[in-house]
Amino acid sequence: MKAQVKEDWFRKDRLPHIFCVGCGNGTIINCVVDAVFHLDLDIDKTVFLSGIGCSSRAPGYMASDSLHTTHGRALAFATGVKLGRPEFDVIVYTGDGDLAAIGGNHFIHACRRNIDMTVVCMNNQIYGMTGGQGSPCTPIGKLSTTTPYGAQETPFDLCELAVGAGANYVARWTSYHVKELRNAVITGIETPGLSFIEVLCQCPTSFGNKNKIGEGVEHASYLRKNAMLLQKARRMEEEGKKIPPETFIVGEYVKRSRPVMGGKT
Amino acid sequence: MSQLEFVQGNIACGKGAIAAGCTFFGGYPITPSTEVAEYMAAALPKIEGGCFIQMEDEIAGIACAIGAAWTGARSMTATSGPGFSLMMENIGYAFMTETPCVIVNVQRGGPSTGQPTMAAQGDMMQARYGSHGDYSIIALCPATVQECFELTVKAFNLSDQFRCPVFVMTDEIIGHMRERILIPDSVEIIRPKPAKPTDLPFGTDESDIPGFLPFGSGQRIHVTGLTHDERGYPDSSSYQRHEMLIKRLVHKIESRRHEIADYEIVNPDAKIIFICYGVPARTVQQLAAQDKAIGYLRLRIVWPFPEEVLKQFKNVTTFIVPEMNLGMISREIERHTAIPVVSVGKIGGDLHTAQELQEVANAYKTAGGQR
Repeated sequence: MKAQVKEDWFRKDRLPHIFCVGCGNGTIINCVVDAVFHLDLDIDKTVFLSGIGCSSRAPGYMASDSLHTTHGRALAFATGVKLGRPEFDVIVYTGDGDLAAIGGNHFIHACRRNIDMTVVCMNNQIYGMTGGQGSPCTPIGKLSTTTPYGAQETPFDLCELAVGAGANYVARWTSYHVKELRNAVITGIETPGLSFIEVLCQCPTSFGNKNKIGEGVEHASYLRKNAMLLQKARRMEEEGKKIPPETFIVGEYVKRSRPVMGGKT
Repeated sequence: MSQLEFVQGNIACGKGAIAAGCTFFGGYPITPSTEVAEYMAAALPKIEGGCFIQMEDEIAGIACAIGAAWTGARSMTATSGPGFSLMMENIGYAFMTETPCVIVNVQRGGPSTGQPTMAAQGDMMQARYGSHGDYSIIALCPATVQECFELTVKAFNLSDQFRCPVFVMTDEIIGHMRERILIPDSVEIIRPKPAKPTDLPFGTDESDIPGFLPFGSGQRIHVTGLTHDERGYPDSSSYQRHEMLIKRLVHKIESRRHEIADYEIVNPDAKIIFICYGVPARTVQQLAAQDKAIGYLRLRIVWPFPEEVLKQFKNVTTFIVPEMNLGMISREIERHTAIPVVSVGKIGGDLHTAQELQEVANAYKTAGGQR
C-alpha cells in the first residue's frame, strides 16, 4: 500500500516516542520518512531494521514491517531479509555504538558485499541508551562516563570506512541539515547497493551535557557551526591547511556503481 | 522414485533440509560441520528462490537466517561448538521473537577450540540453557546417517509448528560417517499456522502459538527482542507482562513435551536400562543384541525432556547413561527418578566400546542398583 499522506508512514499508536527533549533522532527519522514518502515506496514492501540503542528504537515508530534486533547485528539480520525478499526496500537505523563498535565487522562486510540497502547512522558520538559512555566515535578529549579524563582513542571516520569497504553511496550530514539529509536518503535508496548515510546528531542529555555544549538548540547550532563541506575540506587538505578540531565534514563522499548483491531484478 | 545413497551425516542433513523445502542457508565454516554449508552452497542456487550466503561469523550466520525466516523462507544455519556459543544471544532472540529456524550443531570436543576433528556431546546443556533468561527449546539427536536426514526434516516441521528455533544435535562421528540412506520421494511438511486477519501478531488462542505473519503479509508487524505485548510492541516495564510472555513461550513447548517426545524402547522389563541419545546409542544397540538382560531407552528428541517415559521401566534397578561428555543428560534423568542413575561419561572423541558398557552393566546386575 502507498502512503496518502506522510503521516501514514508512522505507527501512530506507538507515538509519542521515547527520545529525550532536544534529541536529534526525531528530526532524522522525519527526514527518512520525507524521503520514503517522496519516493512513494510501498509500505507493505519496505522493512525497517535496527540493533540496540536510542536510534534503534526508530523502526518501532515506522508503519511498515520492522525488525528490532540484537546489539550490533542489524545489518546481518537485514542481509537475510533482503536476500529472502530482494524486491523489498530495506532500511536500517543504527547508531555509532551499535554500528561501529559491536557491529563493526557486520558493517564492513555489508559494505564489501554492497548489499542493496540503506543504512542511516545517527552518530551522537556517545552511548545514549546506557547513559553516556564513550563510543568509537567520541572525539579525543571529549568527556563521557567512561572517559572521565577525556577520550584517549582516535575515533572512526565512518564515511571513510564505508568508502574503503566498498559501499556504493556514502554521505555525511548533521541533524541540522534537514534538506541535504532528506535528499541524501532519497539518493541512497535510489542507488543500487549499500548506501551509508551518517548523521551527526545532538544528544543534549549525555554528550552535550558532559561536554558543556548546552541544550538541544545549542547542540544543533554547534553541529551547524562546525560543519564544513567536503569540497572545502579537500581543498584545504590540498593546500596543506589544517582543518580545525571539532569540524564535521559533510557532503557526498562517493556515488558509484560497484557490483551489487541482492538488487531488485 | 525414492533413492538409495551412500553419504555422510552432514550431507544427509543438507539433503534433509532441501527435501523439507529449506530455501535459505546463512553460515560460517567450522569443522566438523562445514560439509553442511558446502552442500547447501551447491544445492540452493539450483532451487527457485534459494539463497546461500557465507557470512562474516556465526553471529551473522544465525542473524541472517532469522532475517530470512521473517520473509517466510524455511531457513537454517549449521555450526559446531565455538560457533554455537557465538550464536547464543541470537538464539535467545529467535526464541523471544518466535522465529522458526533450524540450527544443525555437529558437536566436537570442547571447551574452547578443543578437538575440532573429534566427536563429543558436550553441547547438550548449552543447547538447553546457553542463552540468557528462561526459555525452552527443541533438540533432536540423530544416531544414524538416515536419521540425520529424517530429523533435519522433522526439525523444520517442529520449528514451524512451535515457532521456535530447533536444534539438530549431531556430532563429528555421525557427521563424517558414511552410511546407506533412503531418500523418499517426498517428506511430510508442516508449515506455521497461518494467522487470521483479525489476529494480533503475537496474540494466541488456547494453543499458545501465534499464527505466522511474515514480512510482506500486509499486516505490518513489529518484531522485537524486548518484552512485548500481543501487538509486538515493547512493554518491558511491567513484571506481569514479562511473566505472562515468558511463561507462554516456555509453556507452548513444555506442555507438549510428551506429545513431541520421540524415542525407541527395547526390552523395557530389564533391570538394567541404558538411556542414550545420538551416537553412543549405536554401542548400546550392539550390547543389547548380545545381552538380553539389558534394555534401553534411546531418545531421538532430548529437549524438551520427556520424563514420563522413565515410568515405563517397571523392573529397572539401575539406569546407565553413556554420553560423550562427563554427565549432562544423566543429571536431567536423576532429577526425575528415584532409581539410581549411573553416568558413564567418555570424552576425547572415542566412542564407548561394547566391552566398557558391558562391564558397567555387569557391575550393577546383581547389586540391585548398589555397586
